[in-house]
Amino acid sequence: MSDFKAKPGLPLIDREESLYFLRQMLRIRRFEEKSAELYSATKIRGFLHLYIGEEAVGVGVATALDPADAMVATYREHGHAMVRGMGMDAIMAEMYGKVTGCCRGRGGSMHLFDAEHRLYGGNAIVGGGLPVAVGLALADRMQGRKLVTCCCFGEGAMAEGEFHESMNLAALWNLPVLFVCENNYYAMGTALNRSESVVDLTQKAAAYGVDAMAVDGMDVIAVVAAARKAVAQIRATAAPFFLECRTYRFRPHSMFDPELYRSKQEVEGWKQRCPIQSLIRRLQEQGWLDEEALARLEEEITGEISAAVDFAERSEWEPVSELSRFVYSDPEVQ
Amino acid sequence: MTGQTRTITYRDAVCAGLRDALQRDERVFLMGEDVGRYGGCFAASKGLLDEFGPERVRDTPLSESTFTGAGIGAALGGLRPIVEIMTVNFSLLALDQIMNNAATYLHMSGGLFNVPLVIRMATGGGKQLAAQHSHSLEGWYAHIPGIKVLCTATLEDARGMLWTALQDPDPVLIFEPSILYAMEGELAEGAGAVDIARAKVHRSGNDLTLITYGSCLYKCLDAAEQLSATGIEAEVIDLRSLRPLDEESFLTSVARTHRALIVDEGWRSGSLSAEISARIMEKAFYELDAPVERICSVEVPMPYAKHMEEAALPQVATIVETARRMCGGG
Ligand SMILES: Cc1ncc(C[n+]2csc(CCOP(=O)(O)OP(=O)(O)O)c2C)c(N)n1
Repeated sequence: MSDFKAKPGLPLIDREESLYFLRQMLRIRRFEEKSAELYSATKIRGFLHLYIGEEAVGVGVATALDPADAMVATYREHGHAMVRGMGMDAIMAEMYGKVTGCCRGRGGSMHLFDAEHRLYGGNAIVGGGLPVAVGLALADRMQGRKLVTCCCFGEGAMAEGEFHESMNLAALWNLPVLFVCENNYYAMGTALNRSESVVDLTQKAAAYGVDAMAVDGMDVIAVVAAARKAVAQIRATAAPFFLECRTYRFRPHSMFDPELYRSKQEVEGWKQRCPIQSLIRRLQEQGWLDEEALARLEEEITGEISAAVDFAERSEWEPVSELSRFVYSDPEVQ
Repeated sequence: MTGQTRTITYRDAVCAGLRDALQRDERVFLMGEDVGRYGGCFAASKGLLDEFGPERVRDTPLSESTFTGAGIGAALGGLRPIVEIMTVNFSLLALDQIMNNAATYLHMSGGLFNVPLVIRMATGGGKQLAAQHSHSLEGWYAHIPGIKVLCTATLEDARGMLWTALQDPDPVLIFEPSILYAMEGELAEGAGAVDIARAKVHRSGNDLTLITYGSCLYKCLDAAEQLSATGIEAEVIDLRSLRPLDEESFLTSVARTHRALIVDEGWRSGSLSAEISARIMEKAFYELDAPVERICSVEVPMPYAKHMEEAALPQVATIVETARRMCGGG
């Protein structure tokens, strides 16, 4: 933490870090805006779930982890992948379905995996990643590695049995899992209060004796602070922690969704709290970001994205003769 | 029937069937994820919430096992639930309820408790949705005694199978190939309930029998058209019911054509296609002029990239090629 200061009357934030958060959030935002465009141009197919509006959560949580920690995410995971260190090239090529993609074009947008950065998917079965996260943490614990497994999921997943079973097991066995609920208030078209009898989600953690905290998921600095606290506690106790980040998705659930279930005003209201705009305002108030610096940042990101698009365009398709590869580890097994 | 038809989509046909059932029997209700406010994940129940209210068009939380089990309970309690599971992939979270409860209660209770439940779900690939959203697992369900398994390939069946299934005293699963929801076609104005016991011959021919169901029906019909141009007349059978199997339909056909090619989007090993093939061997072996053949999905989890997905799924060209070879041509 290099430059921990603030103008009188303003809350303390770290200059370099804040600029880093801004860069990461903007990278995600612009990358996804481009992805939406490429979807309309039919370069990207299948389902495409955008994280736009929720960037502070992924950036905040991923930043709080060490490089060796593990992460399990959902189909709305471009941002998590990027912050954990996966390059835009590998993600874009994956969404193009090219062999240079992180999964050789076999997974697409919903299934980003990265062994080097310990990203264990990209899971498109709601709730499907939670038990896996528990297992990863178990493996770390049993092999004496002092690592944390971070598991991100939507509030919709909390209605699945797997959420409850995973929380219970992680608590029962004292496993170092950071459960991160990205509460964007809607599971497709189902509002939180139509899917949960108790809408204070942290209370569910209490039922399993798991420590919990809720945080403003539109404020990246608040998310980082909360996530760091949670991670520190997990490392100290090895016990799981539940972090609810209250956020909002500005876009439809995926690319087809008439959004009959929420009002334009509601969406507009949340857009006023855009995590990127808020951070820009804060940085400007501090005098740490002028128009020129912001324009330069945007330009760098545009460059990074067009390089990724070029890379994806230029890349090859996996030969069809490889279709049956990787069904089993031993290529002789059919 | 009036002879009048109208052009509608498969999705509209499903919706018409749901509306009809909700209107005709007040014990009927629909429940599942996003069936109400969202209008159904494939928009098949759009408008029904406004028409019938939230008691009878019930949005559920993401809890496949529990709302399917609740459907079983409600059926036991005298209602006629229609449970919608978004897709067969997510039905695996409810497999325990379907297999261990719905399918067993009647037998296990010595005939005391039947479960008049209908479960609908989408199935199949072709939309680049990769390995957690694209599989055709209806063949697995066809393995289970105690339930009936239907697959609706046509507008008539999408419109008409639901009501018949609701009259059944036992659990019925209806599979809707998701690639078909946008398909347009003509449906008779007076279209209503259809039988759910018989397969249907969609095209007759004497040279070879193509046995299929679901979205592969259209691939087989295309293939039959191409084969016809080269002088091979294929009979195309849509199984419609995967359990019980209307084996008489394909055995009768094979007795005439002496050749059978099964086209199934499911995987080959231990599959429905294997079952059909075995029944032909058991009951029509001496009718055959050529070995029974199968075209199934390649045994891999479904890949995302378009060219790879196409390579994994049964395709018209392969059907044509295989059929010609079986008939002694090139
Ligand atoms: C087990 C299962 N059921 C249903 C679906 C279909 N589905 C995909 S995303 C989604 C909503 C999930 O909402 P939430 O967990 O809140 O995450 P969000 O999409 O809001 O990020 C649903 C119902 C699925 N993928 N998996």
